[in-house]
Amino acid sequence: MNVPAPNSTAPKLTGAEKIDVTITAIVPLNDLVTRFEFKRSDGSLFPTFSGGAHTVVEMQDGDRKRLNPYSLMSDPANRETFAISVRRDDEGRGGSLFMHNKVKIGDPMVISYPVNLFSLDLRARKHLFIAGGIGITPFLAQIKQLVRTNGNWELHYSCRNASLGSYVDELTQKYPHSVHIHYDDEKDFIDLENLLHGQPIGTHLYVCGPKGMIEWVRSTAGAAGWPTAHIHYEEFLAPKPGKPFAVRLAKSGVTVKVGAHESLLEAIERLGVEAPYLCRGGACGQCETDVIESDGAFMHRDHWLEDEEKALGVKIMPCVSRFEGKTLVLDR
Amino acid sequence: MSTFNFPESIRSRPVYGTLQAQVGKSHLMIADAHGAEAVLEMAAKEPAMMAQSHIIYIPKGMQFGLQIQALKPAQYYEGPSYAAAVSRIKRVLSDAAMGLQIYLSGTEGLIGQAQYEVMQAGFDYTAIQTEHRGSVARRMQCVHCKGITEDVMIDPFQCSHCGLNLFVRDHYSRRLAAFQGVCIDAEEPGNVPPSVELYS
Ligand code: FES
Repeated sequence: MNVPAPNSTAPKLTGAEKIDVTITAIVPLNDLVTRFEFKRSDGSLFPTFSGGAHTVVEMQDGDRKRLNPYSLMSDPANRETFAISVRRDDEGRGGSLFMHNKVKIGDPMVISYPVNLFSLDLRARKHLFIAGGIGITPFLAQIKQLVRTNGNWELHYSCRNASLGSYVDELTQKYPHSVHIHYDDEKDFIDLENLLHGQPIGTHLYVCGPKGMIEWVRSTAGAAGWPTAHIHYEEFLAPKPGKPFAVRLAKSGVTVKVGAHESLLEAIERLGVEAPYLCRGGACGQCETDVIESDGAFMHRDHWLEDEEKALGVKIMPCVSRFEGKTLVLDR
Repeated sequence: MSTFNFPESIRSRPVYGTLQAQVGKSHLMIADAHGAEAVLEMAAKEPAMMAQSHIIYIPKGMQFGLQIQALKPAQYYEGPSYAAAVSRIKRVLSDAAMGLQIYLSGTEGLIGQAQYEVMQAGFDYTAIQTEHRGSVARRMQCVHCKGITEDVMIDPFQCSHCGLNLFVRDHYSRRLAAFQGVCIDAEEPGNVPPSVELYS
């Protein structure tokens, strides 16, 4: 995983391989969401990807570097252009604001090779997609993939209101029979229980959206007897700010102070210590790190470790989790 | 006693559990021979599930049919053989909706073949409840002639199709619903150890 792409001038980091790209289009879709399109700076083709894959975008904001994952929403068969759609988050840690306010057409950027943690189960007889807001993005690529392969799918897309419904017009025009839109402000909500009831055997369910929606869909489907192997979800957690804390990295022999607004992973990287990652959102498991010694409380926020592992305090996912206490020593 | 504890083996070898009623909208149980006992035990613990249950049973000479019917499942079908029941199984699966829970019990041949049909319907095999009961006989494919023999009880076994002497492996194929039989005397034709009953 940590081999740099041979034709990349990107600095060596430990995520997926890097690709140098140039911003070729910036398309505002509505008040909150803007699409960014990339081409490879060396003119060559992108790798193919499968619908549901994300790329980690590196943002050099002054002396601060952010790496944020975004779902690729362009056609997986289009190897000339990759596209992501970014929702502006005024309260967030600044990645989306950087994209919205600082990035210009022609700017060079570095993105990672696609990594898919939310792929279609191609054994499915039918794919049932539930999207909330910006959670539509992975489905845009998956739908293009399924249309090409004649797949059986259906989308239920819930948006706050018509003016914030990214890609609603395109979807309803192209696929009037497969796409169902629900607007919160019209009090039109997805009737999930009825929707799940009677779905043919072999249906797989996919949900991407706010945390509450993911939990609602997973628990409703579980209560209706859907096996967990048929329920897929993707939620990238953004690292949350917290109290600053100190960590000793035993192998590297250094101590680092994690700032209130940076993640543990970012602090480790700031010192130049190599640390593995892929999703940077608590989902993939790549950054799992052994705890050698601790005296204090862990703020585990990932979807990766089992509850028992979290309780034992012998492992931490530095991309999203934090610590408060006297001592923390990591095997890194 | 119709239960048997299979010794630990390679990863390829299927492992079975104990049927346990799952939360769901409807239930499909497919059993053969002593597999009926597993269905009866589950139903004794969760009698309410029978009102949404469809039971398909292949007695193979056993006498559990009346006991199962006494559970009053929503639908009951008894077939003289798996081959006779399979078109019914396919039909039930093609009409089924998500929320259906699937339970398979009895011989490995029954469980494996029914599991194959369930997988063909696009349902994940990890979500199927299975319980082995009764004979430890195996459904086996000769890897040389591809012929399948049901109810193999001894190892080595002479292929009923091509006549090769076969070592009955624990290597299992979900796609074929069969264990693999491999020629045991290829290096030294005729040097075949005496056959013994499986798990004896
Ligand atoms: S990088 Fe994926 S879980 Fe931390």
